[in-house]
Amino acid sequence: MIFSFDLLVNAIVSGILIGGFYAAVTSGVSLSFGILDIVNIAHPAFIILGSYVAYIANATFGIDPIIAAIIATPLFYVLGAVIYQVYYVAFEKRGQESLRGLAFFFGLLFITEVTLVLYFGVDYRYVDARYIGPTLHLGMIDVPLRILVPFLVSLLLIAVLQLILTRTFIGRAIMAVAQDQLALRLMAVDPVRIKRIAFGISIATASLAGAFLIIIQPVEPSVGREYIGRVFAICVLGGMGSLPGTVIAAMLLGIVESLTATFYGPSWAPAVSFGFLLLTLAVRPAGLLGR
Amino acid sequence: MRTPLFFLMWLGIAAVVFGLALSSGNDYVFFAGYVVLQYVVLSTAWNILGGYCGYVNFGSAAFFALGAYSTVAIYKFITENEFYRLPMPVLILIGGAVSGLVGFGMGYLTLRLRGAFFAIATLALAVVLQTLIVNWDFVGGSRGAYIVRPEEIAPIGPYIRYLFLCMLLLAVAAITIARLIEHSRLGYGFATIRDDELAAEAAGVPTLKLKLIATTISGALMGMAGAPFPYYIGYLQPASTFGLDYAVNSIAMPLIGGTTSWIGPLVGAILLGSLQQIATVTISSAVNLLIVGLLLVGFVIVAPNGIVGLVQTYLRRKPPEFVGRRHVETQSPETVP
Repeated sequence: MIFSFDLLVNAIVSGILIGGFYAAVTSGVSLSFGILDIVNIAHPAFIILGSYVAYIANATFGIDPIIAAIIATPLFYVLGAVIYQVYYVAFEKRGQESLRGLAFFFGLLFITEVTLVLYFGVDYRYVDARYIGPTLHLGMIDVPLRILVPFLVSLLLIAVLQLILTRTFIGRAIMAVAQDQLALRLMAVDPVRIKRIAFGISIATASLAGAFLIIIQPVEPSVGREYIGRVFAICVLGGMGSLPGTVIAAMLLGIVESLTATFYGPSWAPAVSFGFLLLTLAVRPAGLLGR
Repeated sequence: MRTPLFFLMWLGIAAVVFGLALSSGNDYVFFAGYVVLQYVVLSTAWNILGGYCGYVNFGSAAFFALGAYSTVAIYKFITENEFYRLPMPVLILIGGAVSGLVGFGMGYLTLRLRGAFFAIATLALAVVLQTLIVNWDFVGGSRGAYIVRPEEIAPIGPYIRYLFLCMLLLAVAAITIARLIEHSRLGYGFATIRDDELAAEAAGVPTLKLKLIATTISGALMGMAGAPFPYYIGYLQPASTFGLDYAVNSIAMPLIGGTTSWIGPLVGAILLGSLQQIATVTISSAVNLLIVGLLLVGFVIVAPNGIVGLVQTYLRRKPPEFVGRRHVETQSPETVP
């Protein structure tokens, strides 16, 4: 193993940049799993769906993938709201969310993936944009723009989400629904409606995260699976539903993964997230910034 | 019915099945039947943890692959050192022991927390074990490993018939174990965990211990189902052995069949397994996976108690007992002060 200083610095910088992207990927799960207690393991599949929407818009109309994703967010919001409604009627209302609800989302994950395979095949797809290709050279640090742009937009997305959650009525109601549904009902707010909105927002973030993903790397339908362990590891480590915690945890994971990939080889990187998850569960189940 | 009698009855049925398969005179029956039986074992194993305790395991493929790769590791070791070749039942027991141990360790780390964490951890476990196997050159790494299957075995004839017979006996054993658990103190303990873990804990049920027993038995059975697989397939590769199809099938089959008794996974596995064998031949393998996904989602929404539940409702003209009780609590516990 050759140890060199600029390799280390570059690994850390790219870890932070990738971490920002991981934070955007996880923000949806922090909303659904962290705040609403809905174990949406199909979230990575929706992210891949987002990637393909960005890919189609980019390939047919030549729209920038991020702008395409922003345009697509209402569609994803509606999709999320519909899924929550089904989930609520079929599982939450009957009190069966633990076993059958999980199986439901697992089935959704599977259906989404297989449908994409049937429609697009298992070829890797990629998008075109002006910032894909060039690299910034800052001294000894190389920053590829294809990672920097998603990083910046990710941070923006999380800032907006955090503002919505803390400053608006709906956002506060979402935080409240996690704590005490009965109290919320006494305030004449329908908890089911609030949860539907929150779940819609959570799926809407998948549209953006999907666009970031396909900018950073070529995508094929089963790529999403790698993100399941990662996303939930970050969510748990970040403290279940705390967005600032999510950002910190995502960057930590990004750095550790990037260091592993640089010094031990990329084939070991997927194991890192699981180690993180197990360590968190064993040592500090409340996460870094737990409620 | 007492357990020994039940076991003998199923041995009899197994003998009839084997006799029928032999009389067909076509070895394809054994190839297709092996896969269906493998799913009977996998879904019965999943149901011991998932159906009886209510803990969802998404990592069935990982446990299955562990069993398969322990066989590969032993095979490589034997061929390199020209050691005495182990008989298949011993390989099955070793595969079961390895997977059972991993199941135990996994349960120990995650089961103290809420159920959802266990489910997520099992998903992640599959990814990590796959990473380990991909990086382990001794068992072939990402290139995969070849296993030379013996052509014949002494009294039975073609080797596939022997594999079929092993899997048939394993299926009988799995069903007997599942039924034995169901009618024992252990099974009642599992049911209390599924229905209300907090109340069970408060009533003095040793929930952690019971859950660990369940993960170990379930993991071991899955490993046993995987152990003969390298000899069946001839070429083992991480991406397909850890494939999502094993995970989704071993969840879909019990849920479609019905999770409360040993009959459910059996019915689900035979129906869905045969359906897939037919669909793979006649349509395509991607479409048949889509069918499984759609059936899974459809059944959990429309018929939460599976085919067995539907039949029971039809026979009694009233819903099974525990469904009625579930309907009463329309709100999740934390909303009711």
